[in-house]
Amino acid sequence: MKVLIAVKRVIDFNVKIRVKSDNSGIETANVKMSMNPFDEIAVEEAIRLKEAGTADELVAVSIGTAQSSETIRTALAMGADRGILVETDAELQPLAVAKLLKAIVDKENPGMVVVGKQAIDDDANQTGQMLAALLGWPQGTFASKLEPADGTATLVREVDDGLQTIQVKLPAVISTDLRLNEPRYASLPNIMKAKKKPIDTTTPDELGVDVTPRLETINVVEPPVREAGEIVADAAQLIDKLKNEAKVI
Amino acid sequence: MDYLYTDEQRMLVSSIRAFVEQELRPHEAETDQLGYVPEELGKQIVKKALEMGFYAANLPEEIGGGGLDYASLALMEREFGKTTYGLHGFVHRPSEILMACEGDQIEEYLLPCVRAERKEFFALTEPGAGSDIMSMQTRAERDGDDWIINGSKHFISSPVQADFAILFAITGIEETPRGPRKQVTAFLVDTGLEGFAIERGPRCAAQRAYRTFQLSFDNVRVPHGKILGEEGKGLDLAGKWLKMGRVWVAAGCCGKAERLLGLAIEWAASRKQFGQPIGKFQGTSFKLADMATELRAADLLVMNAARKADLGIMEDDDAAMAKLFAAEMVGRVADNTVQIYGGMGLMEDLPVERLWRDARLDRIWDGTSEIQRHIISRSLLRPHGA
Ligand SMILES: Cc1cc2nc3c(=O)[nH]c(=O)nc-3n(C[C@H](O)[C@H](O)[C@H](O)COP(=O)(O)OP(=O)(O)OC[C@H]3O[C@@H](n4cnc5c(N)ncnc54)[C@H](O)[C@@H]3O)c2cc1C
Repeated sequence: MKVLIAVKRVIDFNVKIRVKSDNSGIETANVKMSMNPFDEIAVEEAIRLKEAGTADELVAVSIGTAQSSETIRTALAMGADRGILVETDAELQPLAVAKLLKAIVDKENPGMVVVGKQAIDDDANQTGQMLAALLGWPQGTFASKLEPADGTATLVREVDDGLQTIQVKLPAVISTDLRLNEPRYASLPNIMKAKKKPIDTTTPDELGVDVTPRLETINVVEPPVREAGEIVADAAQLIDKLKNEAKVI
Repeated sequence: MDYLYTDEQRMLVSSIRAFVEQELRPHEAETDQLGYVPEELGKQIVKKALEMGFYAANLPEEIGGGGLDYASLALMEREFGKTTYGLHGFVHRPSEILMACEGDQIEEYLLPCVRAERKEFFALTEPGAGSDIMSMQTRAERDGDDWIINGSKHFISSPVQADFAILFAITGIEETPRGPRKQVTAFLVDTGLEGFAIERGPRCAAQRAYRTFQLSFDNVRVPHGKILGEEGKGLDLAGKWLKMGRVWVAAGCCGKAERLLGLAIEWAASRKQFGQPIGKFQGTSFKLADMATELRAADLLVMNAARKADLGIMEDDDAAMAKLFAAEMVGRVADNTVQIYGGMGLMEDLPVERLWRDARLDRIWDGTSEIQRHIISRSLLRPHGA
């Protein structure tokens, strides 16, 4: 089975995010970029499927500026076989990404698409679901365990009130949750091998996809600073304060 | 400085960073307190390092090494410099001098070192011969097909006791136009040979989990075939690698300084006195500015030396300047970090005091700062006949 993995280049999770002074967005100049952590989990899971003999070819796709090829290289160094870069400088929103991924899926015919449940930059949590809808495929979101068997995949999902086990028919779109696995870091020999693995480059135009944003960003602001709490002496004082100061009860 | 790196170097850095954070850092405080790395932990680090291809990354791919170029090795050492040498030492970079192995020596010494089956001591320094290596007293005398070795070495370091020593000993006197000169030969001497005694050295204030040993040789007999390289050419053989060693120390200093600077910034931004973060006082913020600037300069000196080494044009002073500046820089950065932390900087609960102690060693080993200045000034004056 061929597995397609989508990997996004995002601001590294260690970086303290700053809002641009004109409130048009966040500062991305001179900021360390890395693979979206949920996508690392997707890559790791796909590699494990290959190691288990379930998958035979892993294709890593990234959509974005030319530098997104670095993110693909990281996936190749971890163990993916080849890469596809959809190169564009345009602002990308989840629907456009889902459409581009669909166009790639139509060409590649994978047996499974594995994506991170969300990207840590805008935390939209939409692309996987939109892609499944556009393809008319089943979707297994927020997987914390994944076990493909003949033509199906059983997965455990993390939902608000616990764990839910479902089975989906393949091909399907799977989105990964934090506890699915612990991604490996690339070994030196694999980093060297990644250099020789191919990356094909295409564009939204070539794929016939209109990526025009459907949403307009009007203003980006920092979240309000949380004020320090207050320790109260006892329950009676707490109730008094909630009633008379905070006026919430 | 990422813009200077290739994709492979960027990936290497992030892999080693993850390795250091997950496999080494959690053991820093404990091993520093213990004064050694427990055997099982050491073995586990070696195993992981082998799996990741980080072990012997400096030796050529053809013999099973990582085949990294000097610039990539410098980046690797920089990441490892952020942790302690006791732990880093298990991700061993066997001495490149072993590449001079010939015939049976290859199977007996070189290849087992690449596979982590054997480990070497690099035994040059003596109680009476530190900076002044030529005052070395350890000597080997020819006896038929054998050599008989007598003398002692100290400060010979390794995270664990090694299996053999690359031992430097006097084997003769050569007449030169500038007077008589001792000839030094490198030998491969197995531990366990009769007359070869090894003792644990004293506890060291810096890099506590790392070990030094005292080696003594009392009529130790080795066959002629244990000479590494050519008779009388031991120091020429060592020279190139001693030079690279200085670049690796310098790179490690940059890593350590980066970690210290990060800790200093964090503290300056969060510790409040007189109603504001102490970073708002210029007494603190200007320190940070100087630390960051000097770190950048040291990084550039290291990259300059490593890249020139890759091009085959690195000079003695390139390595010496990098080592001198980086070692002194990390000393200042560590001292300023302690100052910014105040009393907390000296408490064992935080890593600052340990990094401060560790940084002190960098101005001493692999050639003291004074010796680096001597090398640099010699390269300035020699062309003028002085
Ligand atoms: C933890 C540790 C691990 C080590 N590991 C090894 C190892 O594995 N193998 C090995 O062979 N060695 C090892 N060494 C030895 C190390 O390289 C020496 O300590 C170093 O070369 C300095 O020698 P010394 O300590 O004898 O100091 P000395 O040479 O006695 O120097 C004392 C002082 O005099 C100064 N000085 C000396 N000569 C001059 C001069 N011409 N001009 C100006 N100042 C001068 C020095 O700069 C220094 O400040 C290790 C040392 C330590 C501390």
